[in-house]
Amino acid sequence: MGKAMLEVKNLRTKYVTRLGEDVYSVDGVSLKIEEGRSLGVAGESGCGKSTLALSMMGYYFPPLHYISGDIIIDGQNISGMDPDKVRTSVLGKEIAYIPQAAMNALNPTMKIIRFLEDVIRVHEPKATKAEIRERAEERFVSVGLGKEVLDRHAVELSGGMKQRTVIAVSTILSPKVLIADEPSSALDVTSQKLVIKMMREMMEKGYIGSMMFITHELPLLYNVTDDIAVMYAGQFVEYGSAKEMVFDPLHPYSHGLMGSILVPEEGTRGMNLTAIPGTPPNLKRPPKGCRFAERCKYATVECSYVAPIEKKFGENETRMYRCLKDEPWLRKTYEEEQGGASNE
Amino acid sequence: MKQILRNIFHSPRFVVGFVIFCIVLLLSFYPMVSIFTPMEIVGSGFHAPGTYVNIKSTIQSRSEELKYVGAAGLSNQFTAEELGKMQEWLVKYGGIDQAVVDEAAENDNAFLELWLSTYSDDVQYKATQAYKREMQKYNKQILRITATDSLEIGEGDSTITVKSNQFVNVKNISNRVTLPLGTDNFGADVLTKLTSAIGVSLKMGVMAGAIATAIGLTIGLLAGFLGGWVDNTLTFFTNLFTVIPSFVILVLIANSISQAGRSPAMVSLIIGITAWPWTARSVRSQVISLRNRDHVNLSKLSGHSTARIIVQDVLPYILSYVIMALILQIGSGILGEAQLSMLGLGPSTTTTATLGLMMNWANTFSAAQNGQWWAFVPVVLAITLISYSMNLMNTGLDQVFNPQLRD
Amino acid sequence: MSEVRERKDYTNGPLCLSGRGVTRIFGHGEKANVAVDHVDFDFHEGEFVSIVGESGSGKTTLSKMLLGLLPISEGEILFQGKVRDISTRAKKAEYWKGIQAIFQDPFASYNIFHKIDSVLLDCINMRGGKNLPYEKKVEMMTEACSFVNLKFAELTNKYPFELSGGQMQRLMIARIFLLKPKILLADEPTSMVDACSRATILDMLLNLRDEIGMTIIFITHDIGLAYYISDTVYIMEHGKFVEYGKADEVILNPKAPYTKRLISDVPKIHEEWDLSTVELTDDY
Repeated sequence: MGKAMLEVKNLRTKYVTRLGEDVYSVDGVSLKIEEGRSLGVAGESGCGKSTLALSMMGYYFPPLHYISGDIIIDGQNISGMDPDKVRTSVLGKEIAYIPQAAMNALNPTMKIIRFLEDVIRVHEPKATKAEIRERAEERFVSVGLGKEVLDRHAVELSGGMKQRTVIAVSTILSPKVLIADEPSSALDVTSQKLVIKMMREMMEKGYIGSMMFITHELPLLYNVTDDIAVMYAGQFVEYGSAKEMVFDPLHPYSHGLMGSILVPEEGTRGMNLTAIPGTPPNLKRPPKGCRFAERCKYATVECSYVAPIEKKFGENETRMYRCLKDEPWLRKTYEEEQGGASNE
Repeated sequence: MKQILRNIFHSPRFVVGFVIFCIVLLLSFYPMVSIFTPMEIVGSGFHAPGTYVNIKSTIQSRSEELKYVGAAGLSNQFTAEELGKMQEWLVKYGGIDQAVVDEAAENDNAFLELWLSTYSDDVQYKATQAYKREMQKYNKQILRITATDSLEIGEGDSTITVKSNQFVNVKNISNRVTLPLGTDNFGADVLTKLTSAIGVSLKMGVMAGAIATAIGLTIGLLAGFLGGWVDNTLTFFTNLFTVIPSFVILVLIANSISQAGRSPAMVSLIIGITAWPWTARSVRSQVISLRNRDHVNLSKLSGHSTARIIVQDVLPYILSYVIMALILQIGSGILGEAQLSMLGLGPSTTTTATLGLMMNWANTFSAAQNGQWWAFVPVVLAITLISYSMNLMNTGLDQVFNPQLRD
Repeated sequence: MSEVRERKDYTNGPLCLSGRGVTRIFGHGEKANVAVDHVDFDFHEGEFVSIVGESGSGKTTLSKMLLGLLPISEGEILFQGKVRDISTRAKKAEYWKGIQAIFQDPFASYNIFHKIDSVLLDCINMRGGKNLPYEKKVEMMTEACSFVNLKFAELTNKYPFELSGGQMQRLMIARIFLLKPKILLADEPTSMVDACSRATILDMLLNLRDEIGMTIIFITHDIGLAYYISDTVYIMEHGKFVEYGKADEVILNPKAPYTKRLISDVPKIHEEWDLSTVELTDDY
């Protein structure tokens, strides 16, 4: 078992709307990412996955507010730290964040090298231009971007190149944790593939200590990360290795999600797509019992009143699900359904 | 709708602006309760703020004769000690014999005569200042007692005589006048005139703003939605009006209309037809981003006419924006009137006042140079408050409607 | 669980919509940009066609031209065997009785100032039901809503934005159900709804086709989705169709290099996602 690079314990954060209502968008999330490993977070829009990414950096500004919980990066707890200290000593160096539209955030009047100078100087104010250029060239060549990119402006780069450049810029200090929120969703498939290939290579070369990858695209997650967590209404409902999660999901919600994957492969046409009726609960007033109970076809009366706790099992407890039903019952039920469907 | 209003009134800026505006608006109702009409000449020329009476005012008022005992009762007016001091002065500095003084002291009239003929403030003598001042005080008192002149005021039957030893109690003057902001060069009450000018200027601002917004909205909607040559033509005219400073056009048009023709309505019209270009430009760009929205496409697919699509599918989306533009246009309409009037191109009329005209008059009659602040400071304040409240309301609305500015 | 849908072959039915050399050029002279470049196509009655392309391939421009929202620079479109004529407003209105659309963003597809009732009533009026008694109209609206698993009684007097994205998109399908056009053009109707609602929407589109015999033109960038849902797939690159044919043939046995690349670059589940086909030095 490797060293834990990122550990989050029972993190709770909230949004405050303009009318002063609290939205509990991250409501008790615990996770652990070991060195050299990656965790994917999947979920529907509005389930709190982007808020989770923002909350992980320990840098809160309105309307996002911290409630409770710990964020531990390589043994250092950053959750109670002074925001200014977080900005100067943690962000960029310990933890880096790439939002979905990152490529549009590049100032078009600046050359790429200037962004790198900015990033490095926050942490090493004395670094000279020559030193920075040397480091930047080495890193850019190493990730396949080439050093000529450094002297270009953002507008001269294609969308995919821009996104890869942003990733290279934000990870120049080799952060221990990279949080990527839909880094490739706005790109065409080939650009997306390149972004993923580059991120993988950066992990292998140790430029990134560990990674949390957030997306709603399940086939992508399956191919990118070691582990997958499924988020629903501000909580993780299940996590496990990518293979287990895609081919053997336990929680009824993950089961539904995995049943809706469409890829251009043989067998897709004959598939029975799973549909989950209804809409996620309002996080201003989260339901008392299981948050998925309202939409779950296996829900019983108690599901609406008893909030399920995280149940862990497997070697090193690497698998978790949050459901009142137990593992054998769920497996049996899914199997019966499968059998029933294929008999028809 | 309720939700939108709730949001709007949750914006502190808007609320502050709205309150200021309401106060200004309330002020404009003052002429209804004022005893003067706005243009009425109350006195002649500038009067500083204060409470005024004039001679006529006292005619019907109850006067009170203060009962001095006249010549018979000097002892009622002065103490024995004071009388002694006066006698001492007559002897010591007046150069009168002690015997003569003593004799005169027996008779009040004789003593007064002696005093009046001898004492004068100008007499030079050596004594302390305090002593001299005491003597002057006694002298004044004696002069008042002995005064006999009086003033006849009024005409015919209502003539009364107010003697100099008669007083009129201020409380009893029925038609005394308080002028909180004084009078201007014409002698008109500034407060009444100002509040009526606020009303007129607001009306002019609303009219100018409405005209500018209506023209700008129509041109923006047509140019943005129809596109093609309609857009090109309309944009050409809009740009033409934008590159020529609108104030120059304003001055030229205003100048070409005769003095008599420039009524407040005409001036607002002139301001309105020169202020529309920026509304047109911004409405056009908003409409362009809307015209490719899917709900507009769906509306087309449903076979609706262009007019219906513009009115039902485009206009409601930019309405909040148009209201904001209207508020700004009203504010700049009021300022535009003030600018024109300062140049002497404002509404030319003797029956109404506008904020700009009041400024112009104060300027013409050098109120600033003569320290007659009441003639222009309140006007400047009124203009400032109106524009400030409009701007506050506008930014407040912007915060509500523009998601990028939401915090 | 619903049973596996039986898929009839619609690819040999009578022609419904065809195009010959359809072209769209934006701008003039040197700045001219050919968005759609001489494309030919034949869509049959009841056929479920997918047009697959990445951003900038011209698929949205093509869909606008098919709908008659954008004029064609060159070429002609044949509707039910005759050259399409939409030169006047009346002719356009007539054409739009035969072709309707569902767009990508359900939140942008509704006029937020109109109630749901008026959206549906509008469709009834368009089909000539203006003078029907109100009860009859309610009956029709209720039927349309129940077709997409919505309850009209719960929707009446509500505004579209009070619904979720998936529900709004289903309401769009209810609208199509009322209009019963010959052709439905669905422009990425599921790309902005959650995976769980996607299945429902796709199912309803298939129901529309099966019950009304509608031709469905499905515009998408998701080749996996196109493969799952459609009978025929057209692959579009830089304004041209580089490959088209039956879904199984195109996806499982692609001929054009572009199609091959597209399929190999999409992450998969059962097959390995081969990262070695791209080089980090590529400029994509």
